[in-house]
Amino acid sequence: MGRAKAARTRRQTPRTPAAAGGGPAKTNSNPFEVKVNRQKFQVLGKKTRHDVGLPGVSRARAIRKRTQTLLKEYKERNKSNVFTDKRFGEYNSNISPEEKMMKRFALEQQRHHEKKNIYNLNEDEELTHYGQSLADIEKHNDIVESDSDTEERGMLSAELTAAHFGGGVHKSASHQEGMAADKPKSRKELIDELIAKSKQEKRERQAQREDALELTEKLDQDWKEIQTLLTHKTPKSEKKEKKEKFKPDAYDMMVRELGFEMKAQPCNRMKTEEELAKEEQERLRKLEAERLRRMLGKDKDENEKKPKHMSADDLNDGFVLDKDDRRVLSYKDGKMNIDDISEAQSREAGGPESDQEEDEDEEEGDDGNREDQEESDDPDSHSDLESNVDSEEENETPKSKEQHTPGEKLLGYHQDSPSAARAELPYVFAAPESYEELSSLLSGRSMEEQLLVVERIQKCNHPSLAVGNKAKLEKLFGFLLEYVGNLATNDPPDLKTIDKLVVQLYNLCQMFPESASDSVRFVLRDAMHEMDEMMETKGRAVFPGLDVLFYLKIAGMLFPTSDFWHPVVTPALLCMSQLLTKCPVLSLQDVVKGLFVCCLFLEYVSLSRRFIPELINFLLGILYIATPNKQSQGSALVHPFRALGKNSELLLVSDKADVATWQRGSLSLHWASRLSPKSATETNHIRLSCLTLCLALLKHCVLMYSVLPSFHPIIGPLQALLTVHLVDCSLPKELQELSRSILSEVENQKQLYRPLVFEKSKPVPLKLFTPRLVKVLEFGRKQGSSKEEQERRRLVHKHKREFKGAVREIRKDSQFLARMQLSEIMERDAERKRKVKQLFNSLATQEGEWKALKRKRLKK
Amino acid sequence: MAWESGAMGSRRTLSSLLQAVLESRGQANSVFDILAVLQSEDQEETQEAVRTCSRLFGTLLERGDLFVGSLPSEDMVLVGSQEATHKYKVWMRHRYHSCCNCLVELLTHSSFQVKELALRTLMKFVQLEGMQPLEKPQWEGHYLFPRTLFREVVGGLLSMENNHSLLISQFCEYLEYDDIRYHTMQVAASTVARVTNRQPEVSLTFWNNAFTLLCAVNLPCQECDLTNFYVKHAQPSDKWKVIHLKEHRKAFQEMWLGFLKHKLPLSLYKKVLVTMHDSILPHLAQPTLMIDFLTSACDVGGAVSLLALNGLFILIHKHNLEYPDFYQKLYGLLDTSIFHVKYRARFFHLADLFLSSSHLPAYLVASFAKRLARLALTAPPEALLMVLPFICNLLRRHPACRVMVHRPQGPELDADPYDPAEEDPARSHALESCLWELKTLQQHYHPEVSRAASIINQVLSAPEVSIAPLLELTAYEIFEEDLKKKGPQSVPLEFIPAEGLLGRQGDLCAQFFTLS
Repeated sequence: MGRAKAARTRRQTPRTPAAAGGGPAKTNSNPFEVKVNRQKFQVLGKKTRHDVGLPGVSRARAIRKRTQTLLKEYKERNKSNVFTDKRFGEYNSNISPEEKMMKRFALEQQRHHEKKNIYNLNEDEELTHYGQSLADIEKHNDIVESDSDTEERGMLSAELTAAHFGGGVHKSASHQEGMAADKPKSRKELIDELIAKSKQEKRERQAQREDALELTEKLDQDWKEIQTLLTHKTPKSEKKEKKEKFKPDAYDMMVRELGFEMKAQPCNRMKTEEELAKEEQERLRKLEAERLRRMLGKDKDENEKKPKHMSADDLNDGFVLDKDDRRVLSYKDGKMNIDDISEAQSREAGGPESDQEEDEDEEEGDDGNREDQEESDDPDSHSDLESNVDSEEENETPKSKEQHTPGEKLLGYHQDSPSAARAELPYVFAAPESYEELSSLLSGRSMEEQLLVVERIQKCNHPSLAVGNKAKLEKLFGFLLEYVGNLATNDPPDLKTIDKLVVQLYNLCQMFPESASDSVRFVLRDAMHEMDEMMETKGRAVFPGLDVLFYLKIAGMLFPTSDFWHPVVTPALLCMSQLLTKCPVLSLQDVVKGLFVCCLFLEYVSLSRRFIPELINFLLGILYIATPNKQSQGSALVHPFRALGKNSELLLVSDKADVATWQRGSLSLHWASRLSPKSATETNHIRLSCLTLCLALLKHCVLMYSVLPSFHPIIGPLQALLTVHLVDCSLPKELQELSRSILSEVENQKQLYRPLVFEKSKPVPLKLFTPRLVKVLEFGRKQGSSKEEQERRRLVHKHKREFKGAVREIRKDSQFLARMQLSEIMERDAERKRKVKQLFNSLATQEGEWKALKRKRLKK
Repeated sequence: MAWESGAMGSRRTLSSLLQAVLESRGQANSVFDILAVLQSEDQEETQEAVRTCSRLFGTLLERGDLFVGSLPSEDMVLVGSQEATHKYKVWMRHRYHSCCNCLVELLTHSSFQVKELALRTLMKFVQLEGMQPLEKPQWEGHYLFPRTLFREVVGGLLSMENNHSLLISQFCEYLEYDDIRYHTMQVAASTVARVTNRQPEVSLTFWNNAFTLLCAVNLPCQECDLTNFYVKHAQPSDKWKVIHLKEHRKAFQEMWLGFLKHKLPLSLYKKVLVTMHDSILPHLAQPTLMIDFLTSACDVGGAVSLLALNGLFILIHKHNLEYPDFYQKLYGLLDTSIFHVKYRARFFHLADLFLSSSHLPAYLVASFAKRLARLALTAPPEALLMVLPFICNLLRRHPACRVMVHRPQGPELDADPYDPAEEDPARSHALESCLWELKTLQQHYHPEVSRAASIINQVLSAPEVSIAPLLELTAYEIFEEDLKKKGPQSVPLEFIPAEGLLGRQGDLCAQFFTLS
């Protein structure tokens, strides 16, 4: 292009020396072509761009441009077919020629691979393995026989050539005799003959090949007979041999195995123990820092990093496309670790926290192992089973349909745990669509089976396997939670299963935090709503069942409890507060439940060490109902407890013998759900256990709250009650010691009362009287408007200018076109005139000639 | 069908009897048959009979067929030699009385429809009797009202055994009329006095009925002509007591004082005190007469004294009551239960009102602030969210108290100088103390509470925070609010993996609870 332009300019230069637009031609500009725009005023600092113009040059340029574009269009206005160049990247100068060639080649290849026929199912599709065609690999067997007919195919028979290309002398010579014998054959007959001949030849060739095949087969058989003789094996039956023929022999298998075997690929250096520990520590440190920040309720924006790059097409389901999912061979303790990696891979798609999760998975695995060791008497504990399932899932995913029938189980799977019940479990579960489905899946199964079922549901519906799986698993969390609630309300509650299901809930929650938090909030709202309704109708609530307590506990395990505000934890805290303030303690069962809630409450604030008034009140109330003689009159008692009444001595143990036989132990959660009528001794023992727990929790509180500025007013009532307790020596020794230790703790906490002072606030700056500076952006324009206004005005101005320019261009275009049309018409007229003139000319000459002839004749 | 035909039959017989009685005086004995049906077992029949009676005696009253004047005894008249018409009138008047007695008895019927019908009939009789008085006016323009009959009606309403709250609410529509209201007040006062005189122990039902009736009486607020009469009079005279609101107020006051001087059940006490300030006190002729009642209520303690405050405050505020220990009493009312009682919102509304004066001494306000802060250490979050702004408002109102949150050069102390056991706010040394409790509550588990308590870290802003919307706050509302709130980022997760239901080894639950 550049060259062409230069040439044109060169051509133009001699004609119009000033027309050379830019560059070297500027020097010899014609002074008559230069138009100077005179300035009326000289403004300092004003840039003048249009002081000198070259109208001739610019007009010429415009005309040239129009001839190139507008005129072309005008001339082609009635032509409908156009020539488009579809070569890839022909006009794209950004791509280098080499690249262009590469791309074109790739496109060509692609075109070859495109399906020609939609009904052609698998003709064109070529299965490959590591880039090698599978078909090629298959062909290794029959390489030998393939070349038999290619040779023949290449042969040219003389007759054939003669028949095809023959003619002329040779042909007439060879057929002289035939022609002599009988009448000459017609062309059709000739061709028929030819066809028959070639067919016969073909048949012969086929027969030959079959013979050869037979021969080789016979040879094979012979050899096999000999071989059997050689290896001294009992000769197999004919049928068997035939079958064996189709079976690949050992060598083939070996070859293929070698072909398929994955190649060792370089992977990251294995990390040493210290490095791993360090990494783990670093991760925990980071998480802990994050937690602390949330605990203090600071905003994240201060130290928020830039969000990770996310594609516009990202579905945000944690699916990572450009990941090489070939297995990487790595070694661990000298052994190939395939399972671990596959496991990790199957879980890797967990989303942004994938690495974190992986780590946790590892931890979990460790835990599982530990559990395994603990439960060593149980040979089929679920942890080893889990790994089996994992590896199997990894290998058998494509075959999952076949696995559906329980009869076809894979070899080697249940070798270590041939439990019949487990064998009946299907391997693939559809994700339940409703709670009823889940409960029907799980009900009637043992704990291990239930866990396995839940695990398999998760595995089969991993979000990376199909699109809808994410929603399914999100629902699964809610159903599982409901199921746990139902298990807890059962009689007796299935605590062991819940214990194990909690881990599953945790894993699911890590995958889908949003939906998990929504479901937990939903159950909490239900519980609160129920309580609120009861409050409105009856005026007081009762302690809810174990399910609500477990929901609270689970919420505390799934979400960080130390955050200043958390969408799940804060409502859960309020819920517990309601339990402790609104539900009067009417029975021993209520005491156990209340103490469990207290435990939960303390666990929630164990890191943040926050202050819970309700907790202290409740524990004091419990202590009060265990106090024998009411000298303190319960002045400090708060709402659910009454100083006097039916339940004011609920925890009092009067039997000395029971006190003596009591052993310290932990409370069973079964007592919270259903307290079967037991002997008085046992009931008394439970009472003492509750009291112990209460004292232990109080001690915990004392230690935790000792830093609070008003520690003594908080603990004051406790001191009074405990001294009453100690005066009466009916309690077991252990409890007395505990009480005494609490008292001494309280007394040790001497604190100074430092007067309160406001925080120093930033001094407000004085008003200053410096002039306001306004930037002058453009002279002659209105100043002082806002930035947006200025911007708008600038745009309006620009639009106006562009509009004017466009109108001018259009006008010039039409002028140009009119000129062109005029010149066309003029040309056409001139042509016509010329032709007419020519005609007249010729006619005149003719006439002249004719007259001359006439004259001649006359003269004669 | 038989039942229906029976009812239909009885209706037909009753209407034929009615016709007979009204047409000729000779058939008058049929009245006995009608009155007999009034005591019928069947509810339908009873209703029918009541309707018939209403029609019968209504017509008779309009006709003037009943004896006017003080009634001689029946036997005497029948034996005597008066003319037949006189005898008939006296006899009919006696039947009318027995009918009224029957109807009053029916007010205690088991079926509400019968009760209501009886009440309506009785009120109709009251109206007719008022227009055609059965007693002779003693002078020209004498105001006559069927007091005897009306006393029976009100006496029937204030039953000892049955809870008549529904019936009384039906009766309320008659209380719109000024004369009925006036007489109700008079009759109710006398009835309460009569009943309590007769027996020392009065049933709870009676008190409830009485209270319902008394509460239903609403006096108009401003002075205007009370001419909306149930019993229409041709020319109401200005001399009548019924016309004047002052007399109404006197009656009202008498009624309430008569009611309140008895020992009431506790629940009723509370109810009275709840309505005291807006429906009783403004209508009394002399509100100061309530002082005794209110001060004694204030000394009861607990919720009752809390409720008495309102009335007491009105007396102090509007009627120049001198009550020296008011603030001390209020101070004494502050104990741990105030955050849990039902009337919490009302109490804090009042407390805010009482402490709103900027002329209160600083020591007093400081004592209140300190006491409330102390109590806040045991309060649930919904109460804390209200009481913390309350305390801050106190500090804002009284700049002298700001030393409690800002004491720049104060010495470090070994113990809190505030004495919680001291009953006199003047000697509690609250001004020497600081609000460390608020500092403690900054560590509260609920973020909003913590935020509210953190206000004292900065210089307190000038405008007070209105606590009105916070008064009725419940825990459930806070809970819902928390659920609705959406965090800016995704939900943070616990990074320590769960092991089991009870958590790890070191956790409290695992320490103290077992699953087995």
